[in-house]
Amino acid sequence: MNSRPIDTAPPVRKPVNQMGSRIFGGLSMLFALLALILLAGIIVALTIESMPSLKAFGPAFLFSSEWNPPAEQFGALIPIYGTLVTSIIALVIAVPVSFGIALFLTELSPLWLRRPLGTAVELLAAVPSIVFGMWGLLVFAPIFAEYIQPLLAATLGKLPFIGQLFSGPSLGIGLLCAGVILAVMIIPYIASVMRDVFEVTPAMLKESAYGLGCTTWEVMWRVVLPYTKNGVVGGIMLGLGRALGETMAVTFVIGNTNFLSTASLFAPGNSITSALANEFAEAERGLHTASLMELGLILFVITLIVLVLSKLLLLRLSANEGR
Amino acid sequence: MELLARRKLTNQVALGMSMAAMVFGLFWLAWILLTVIQLGIDGLSLSLFTEMTPPPGAETGGLANAIVGSLILVGLGTLVGTPIGIMAGIYLAEYGRYTLLGRVTRFVNDLLLSAPSIVIGLFVYAVIVATTGKFSAWSGAVALALLVLPIVVRTTENMLMLVPGSLREAAFALGAPKHVVIRKVTLRAARSGVVTGVLLAVARIAGETAPLLFTALSNQFWSLDLNEPMANLPVTIFKFAMSPFEDWQRLAWAGVLLITLGVLGLNIIARVMFRAEKLH
Repeated sequence: MNSRPIDTAPPVRKPVNQMGSRIFGGLSMLFALLALILLAGIIVALTIESMPSLKAFGPAFLFSSEWNPPAEQFGALIPIYGTLVTSIIALVIAVPVSFGIALFLTELSPLWLRRPLGTAVELLAAVPSIVFGMWGLLVFAPIFAEYIQPLLAATLGKLPFIGQLFSGPSLGIGLLCAGVILAVMIIPYIASVMRDVFEVTPAMLKESAYGLGCTTWEVMWRVVLPYTKNGVVGGIMLGLGRALGETMAVTFVIGNTNFLSTASLFAPGNSITSALANEFAEAERGLHTASLMELGLILFVITLIVLVLSKLLLLRLSANEGR
Repeated sequence: MELLARRKLTNQVALGMSMAAMVFGLFWLAWILLTVIQLGIDGLSLSLFTEMTPPPGAETGGLANAIVGSLILVGLGTLVGTPIGIMAGIYLAEYGRYTLLGRVTRFVNDLLLSAPSIVIGLFVYAVIVATTGKFSAWSGAVALALLVLPIVVRTTENMLMLVPGSLREAAFALGAPKHVVIRKVTLRAARSGVVTGVLLAVARIAGETAPLLFTALSNQFWSLDLNEPMANLPVTIFKFAMSPFEDWQRLAWAGVLLITLGVLGLNIIARVMFRAEKLH
C-alpha cells in the first residue's frame, strides 16, 4: 500500500489581477465617450460660430430669400428650399425602385444570383459622390436636357397644376437633375435596409399566406410590408438623411444660383450643402462665414431629427422580433 | 374566374416592375462605370503619376502631388481614427453592452455614421482652422479620422458581439484577466471582421471631398508639410472638372477613374476577405 499521505489541502489560488483590466476598461470607456463629445461638440461649435448671424438676422434668416454677400444680407430660404425639393424628388423616385429591388432580391431572384446582385447594388453605394457629380455634370446633364426634359415637358408639363413644375428651358442642370442623381445615390441604402427587414419576416407568416392561395405580390403587399412597416419607413428616413446631407454630387449639377423666380423643377437652384461647398473657403470672415455656419447648423439639426426618427423606427422593429 | 385572372395579372405586372427596378439599379452602376473607364483611360499615362498638377492652359501635367497628398491624408486619418474606434467598439461590446452609457453611445455613433460629412468639415474648420488661422493637412486628416471613427466603432462592436460567449468563459476559467481575454481571445477571433471594417472605412474616406474643402484645401504644388494646405485627389478633381479647360477635365477624369477603381477594389477585397475567413 502506498504510505504517502494524500494531500487534501486545497491548492493555493492567487486572485486574478484585475488592475490592468480596470485601466483597459476605463480607457475604452473614455474613447466611447468621444462619440458623445463629438456630437455635442459639433452642435456647440457650429452654434458659437454662427452667433453673429443668429444675432443679426434672428428667425428671419429662415424666411428671407436674399443672399447677397457684398451687402451683407443673408437669408436661407433658397438653399433650404433646394435641399428639401431635391431630397423629395429623390425619395419619390428612389422609394418605389428600392422596394422593387428588395422584392426582387428576397422573393424572385434565383438563389445563385442573390449574392452577386446584392453586392452590385451595394457597390453603387460605394461609388464616391464626386464621381456621381462629375459624371452627372458632364455626361448625364446633357443627355437629360436633350431627351428627358423635353419629354417631361411634353407629357407631365401639359397637366394642370403639376405642369408648372415641368416647364421652362431645358438646361440639364437644375433641381430636377440633382434630385434624379440623388435618387440613384440613395437607392442602394434604402434597398439594402428593405431587403434586410424583409428577410427577417418569419417564414411561417409568408408560408401561411401562400398556403391560403395568395400570389407573391399579395404576400409582399399584405403580409410582409405591414409586418416590416417600421423598418421600411426607417430605411426610407435613412435614405432621406443621406440625401439631405449629400454634397458633391449636388454641387456639380444643381446650378448654384441664389435666385429663384419660378416653381419649375427645371430651374437651377442651390442647396445648403452646395452653398457651403462653393462659398465657404472663399467667404469673408465675419457675417458671411457666420451665415454659412448657420446653414450648416440648420442642415445638421434637420438631418439629426430625420436620423433619430429612422433609428427609433428600426429599433422598434427589432424589438418586435423578440415577441 | 374573373377575380383570379385579375389577381394573377396584378401579380405579374408587379413582379415585372420589380424586375425592371432591379435592371434600373444595375443600369446606373454599369453606365457610370463604363463612362468613367472610357473617359478616364484617356488620361491614364505614366506622367499622371510623375508630374505635378498643371497651371491652366499647360499642355502637360499629372496628378502626382494630389495622389501622394490623398495617400497621406487617408493614411493619417485611418491611423488616428482606427485605434480610437476599435477601443470604443470594445467598450460597447465587452464593457458597456447593457449599460445606459453603452446604449446611448451606440445610438449616437449610428447618428454620426450617417451625419453629413460636410458638417464634419465645418466642425474641424471651427475647431482647428479658425483657431490656428490657416488651412492645413493636419486639419484634413483630423476631419477624415472623425469620419473613420463611427464606421470602425460599428464594425468592431458588431464583430465582437458575434464571438460566442463560451470562448470568453473558457479564457476566464483559465484565470485570464478581462483585458487579456479581450486582446488575446475575443479581438483575435473577430480580427477579420474588424479589418474588413477598417478597409471599408478607408474606401469611404478615399473619395470624400466635402470635409477637405475647408480643411486641407488643395495645393497646386508639391508639399509634404502637414502644416500647409495639401493637394488631394477629390478636391483637385472638383476644381478641374468645373473648369473650362479640356486638359484639366481630362486629368479630372483620370483622377475619377483612379478613385473609383481604388474604392470599388477595396470594397471587393474587404468582402472577399471577410467571406473567405468565415468559411473556415
